[in-house]
Order: sequence, then structure tokens, then C-alpha cells
Amino acid sequence: MKIKHEILKTSRPKTRLVERKKRPAKARSDTWIFRLYVAGQTPKGVTAFNNLKEICEEQLKGKYQIHVIDLLKKPQIARDNQILAVPTLVRHSPLPVRKIIGDLSNRERVLVGLRLIEHSA
Amino acid sequence: MKKKEAQPRRHILPKSPTSIHGLDEITGGGLPKGRPTLVCGGAGCGKTLFAMEFLVRGATLYNEPGVFISFEETEKELTANVASLGFDLDALVERKKIWVEHIHVVRSEIEQSGEYDLEGLFIRIHHAVESIGAKRVVLDTIETLFSGLPNPQILRAELQRLLRWLKTKGVTTIITAERGEGSLTRQGMEEYVSDCVILLDHRVNEQSSIRRLRIVKYRGSTHGTNEYPFLIDEDGFSVLPVTSLGLNYFSSHERISTGIPRLDTMLSGKGYFRGSTVLVSGTAGTGKTSIAAQFVEAACKREERVLYFTFEESPSQLIRNMRSIGIDLEPWVKKGLLQFHATRPTLYGLETHLTTSIKLINKFAPNVVILDPINAFVMGENQTEVKTMLLRLVDFLKMKRVTAFFTSLSSADENMEITDVYISSLIDTWLLLRDIEIGGERNRGLYVLKSRGMAHSNQIREFRLTDHGIELLDVYVGADGVLTGSARLSQETKDEAEQLLRQQEILSKQFGLERKREAMEAQIVVLRSEFEAEESDALKVIGIEKARNERFTQDKVKMGKSRRGDVYIKPIGTKKKTINM
Repeated sequence: MKIKHEILKTSRPKTRLVERKKRPAKARSDTWIFRLYVAGQTPKGVTAFNNLKEICEEQLKGKYQIHVIDLLKKPQIARDNQILAVPTLVRHSPLPVRKIIGDLSNRERVLVGLRLIEHSA
Repeated sequence: MKKKEAQPRRHILPKSPTSIHGLDEITGGGLPKGRPTLVCGGAGCGKTLFAMEFLVRGATLYNEPGVFISFEETEKELTANVASLGFDLDALVERKKIWVEHIHVVRSEIEQSGEYDLEGLFIRIHHAVESIGAKRVVLDTIETLFSGLPNPQILRAELQRLLRWLKTKGVTTIITAERGEGSLTRQGMEEYVSDCVILLDHRVNEQSSIRRLRIVKYRGSTHGTNEYPFLIDEDGFSVLPVTSLGLNYFSSHERISTGIPRLDTMLSGKGYFRGSTVLVSGTAGTGKTSIAAQFVEAACKREERVLYFTFEESPSQLIRNMRSIGIDLEPWVKKGLLQFHATRPTLYGLETHLTTSIKLINKFAPNVVILDPINAFVMGENQTEVKTMLLRLVDFLKMKRVTAFFTSLSSADENMEITDVYISSLIDTWLLLRDIEIGGERNRGLYVLKSRGMAHSNQIREFRLTDHGIELLDVYVGADGVLTGSARLSQETKDEAEQLLRQQEILSKQFGLERKREAMEAQIVVLRSEFEAEESDALKVIGIEKARNERFTQDKVKMGKSRRGDVYIKPIGTKKKTINM
């Protein structure tokens, strides 16, 4: 529970937890929408969120949304979105949908996975 | 004493019944309850079906809801696939008896960065289990995870955690895995799932496929260790553990007629035992099927039910052919007492033959089962397999107290007793038909090679197919050996002539003797009459002498009287006495 608060604290001031209803209005075509699936407040989940936020701040400042979804609270979502590993980051926009699993500690792989940089030859 | 002590200590592992035909028998009650079981095998060997049947049976028969986690097939595909086996998955899902969840893992869609765990999978399984109160869980096929997710080390650790977690949940789990080369599973899953490992196998032998199941390991429980053939058909999965039945079936003392009176006589007067196994073997055209047909007719006349498996002739051909020897089987078919089942042995594998036979037998409940011929199954080097199949069938039939009648074609150039040696031990009564070739013709001979439990005849009989059925005749056994057919007939006429001659001789001898006696008697008469004549002459002389003597005495007395003498004249006969006085 403690960890959970930390996540919420770190995320709230900036972009996190945008209300779903508002999202379509706010989301511009160039907005990057991320969903981060976690299972409770595990260290891996926290690390993943922090890593993601860092990358986003650096690469996509001002044009991204991160939704953290706790599967423990809504197990049905795991089924609907075919989530298996935790943490899983899903990029919903721009298309195509991309999935990255792990705590996103390998920064280069995240960037490649999100196509923020080209494959390093 | 020992038994008493051992009894209370014996802890019986709780088991989760599968209700898969035969499997519960070889596992002693089912899969280990609350523990994971690994089912491994190659592609298309029936792993998914095995697991699905376990769930469906659990849900429908034991009120144990089940969760099916499918890594390969989607919910829709699964439902469609098992519908062909009569499982209505949709209805079960609707009634919350079964929860099907497809887990989609495609490697190309997933990028890895840093450490991860499978908590998502745990949550999904947990959610599914909680939603329907599941007692059984299936994970099919775990290998997909390895191909779909990066970093096998993490996966391995996570799977181990998953299995432990499932164990603590107390759900009975089946994990299916692909068979690997040189090991049971490709990913070494058997190292993690140590409670029960079942291996499914699907192999092709002589162009026919055989499915087999083997329990590699079952911790804390005894189990059948053999490879058991199994079948997947419209009724689902069935294992054939018939060999586990053993030899404890009931043996009947009832005797049933063979339909051939003289054959009954050869079998100590009463025919076969009910529930015994009869084999008729012989070379081509010796009349094996005819003996079978005769038996069928006799059984039908007793109002018994007969199931006739024919592997070479069609039923109509068989009926036509049997009509030519005066056996009409058609009325019995119409009456429903006789059922034919004609298949080519090559149509499907031995196991399928066995299971379809057993199913048909269960359905029709016959008193007599005919298999004509059994060696149609023997192709190449599969004699041992045929034997095990027949062994299982025989055990099954014996248990059901069904009389089994097999025919077997032996090849002419081999020793007939050896040809069928591979099934000999199964057979209770073995009739052997053989060709006897003498004098440019071929005749059939029949003898009882063995017949357990009865004093059977040791004689060879000539076996004839007439237009009113089968006839057994005595063969001619004489100085020239065994003769049959026209050789027997000619020998018999020859014998008759010889006998006539001998009889005449005897007659003439008797006649001569009679004459001699007559002659002797005539002589006796002559002698007697001579003697009588002599005797009467002698008597006459004696009489005369006597009379003369008397007269002489009388004369003397008279003379004395006339002389007045006082001299006593003693009669002649008393002279001596007088002197003595």
C-alpha cells in the first residue's frame, strides 16, 4: 500500500490518471498513450513506471499519457488485453500497438521497442 | 497378522477421478488430487483432448468445475474441436462449470526490457479459479510460453512458482507439454512436475497408427506400468487396460452344442464350454467358416445372440455360401439374433479394431462372438501385437462369459500346430482341419488338438460338407494308414469282399465238421445195434441153459421119488453148502 502511494504521488502532478471520459477530447493525434499493467505495487512495477516516465519526459514531453492499471484490482482486464507478464507496457497510440515486458531498465531496448530510435546497427 | 498391522498404516493418496475409460483403473482411481500432473507427447497425440476430457468429466460427473488455460487454441477453436466428441463446452461455460481462457503469446509482438514475472498469468488463473470455484486446472501447452516469451530462465523460475502456487491452492492440475528429443518434454518440464507424469504416444506401424499411453511416474501410488493402447473416438478418450483384468474370471460348467452332433461326441459328448475360446485352424478351403456357421446356427436355435465379425467376406456373400451347405443364416439376422460386422482388417489399427469390437460387444450383448479369421490382422511382424490384442479381447469376452469362436488360416507349407502357436495359450478348444491328400484327391480331416477341461476324442474324423450341413465320418484306419474319400470307400469294399470270402470259408469248415459228426454218430448206431444183437443172442443161450438146468434137477427129484429112495438130492446150486455141513 505504501508503494502504491508513491506511484500515485510521483505520477499525479504531471500527466497521470487522466480521466477516461476526458481523454478523447484531450488526446491529440500526436499524443502517445501508454498503459502500464502492474500487479500491485511491486518493486518491479515501481521501477518500470519510473523508467517509463523518465523516458517520456525526455523524449515526448507534453505529448504523452500514462495509465497505470493494477491487475489485482481488475483481473478481467488481464484477460481482455492478453496480459501475461508483469509489468507490461502497451503503447496504444500511435498505432501499431506495441508491447514491452519487464521493468524497462534496459533503456535502449525500450527506445527501440517504442520506435523512438531506430535499431542500432 | 502382518496384514492387520499393515492395513492402518497404508495411506491412500487422494485421487481425482478422470472418468476416462480405463485410466482410473490403471492409476488406481485417477490423478493425484490437488497436485499437478504432466501429460506429455508429440503433436497430435491427444494431449489437449485428454486434458479437456478430464475437465469436462470433472465438471459434469463430480461437480468439480475446471479452468482451461489454452496457450494455443482460442476459446472458439477449442469449443469447436471438442464438440465433435460430444462435449458442449459453451453450455458448460455458461453454467460456470468450465472456464476457458485463451492466452495469446506471440514472440514478435513482445519486446523485453529488464526483468519481468508472470504475475499477470497468476492473476488470470487466480481470477478464473475464483470465478467458478474451480477444482481442476489445465495448462495447455506450456511450451508455447517458452517460444512466446523471452528469457527462459525467468520462465522456468516462474513456472516453478506457478506450480507451487497451484499446489497450495489445492487444485488438481494438468500441464501438457510437447515431447522432446531424448527427454520427456522439450523444456524439461518433468523436472518440475514430479507427482505424476503420463506419456502419450502416437506411432505408425505397418501403415496403421497406434496410440499408446504410459504412466511414467506416479509418486505415492501404485499404477499400471505397461503401455496401454488408447483410442479417441466420438465418445472421447478411452484407454484399454483390459490386460489388467487378470485371470480371475468365472468359468462356466455349462456346455453348448457345436451344431455338429459328432463333433459334440468328440468333445466328450456335450460340445464347447460356455465362455470358452474356440479356435478352428486349417489351410485354405478346409471349412473353417462352415464350422463357424454351424455353430452360429446352433446358437441361434437356442435363442442366443451371435455377433459375427467377418474380415474377409461380406455378410451377404457369407450367407449365400453357407446356404449351399444347407445352413440358412438369414432368418436369424432378420430375427435380430445374429449380427454381422464386416470390416477389412486394414481399415484401421489393431487397437481401433479392438475397441470397436469391445464397443459393439457391449452394445449387442452377444452370447457368442465369431472372429473370422483372426490372422487377417497379422501383417508383417506384428504377431505379438495381434496376440496382445486377442489376449485382451479374450479376457474381455471371458469376463462377459461370451463364447469366442476364432478361425485361423494356416499356410499349407508350415506345420499347422506351430503356425498358430502365438495364440495357442489363449485357446481352450482347438480344432484342427487339415487336408488329407491320397489317391489324387483332397479330403478334409478334423481332429481336436486340445480341449481344456474335457476328455476329448483323439480320433481323426473325415469332415464332409454336404448340402445338409457338416458331417463327420470315421476315417479308414488300417494297415495302409489313414484313408479318406474314395480311397476309404474302395478300401472298404475291398475289405467287405475279403470278409465275405472268410465267412464262406468258415461256413464250409463248419459244414465239414457237421458231416464228420454225422458219420461218427451213424457208426455209433451200427455198433450199438450189433452189440444189441449179440447181447440178445447171449441172453437167449443163457435162458435156455437155465431152463435145461432146472429141468435136470426136477427130473432127478422125480426119479428119486419114483425109486422111493431116501437119498436127499441136493439141488445143483447148493452143492457146496451141503459138503460143508
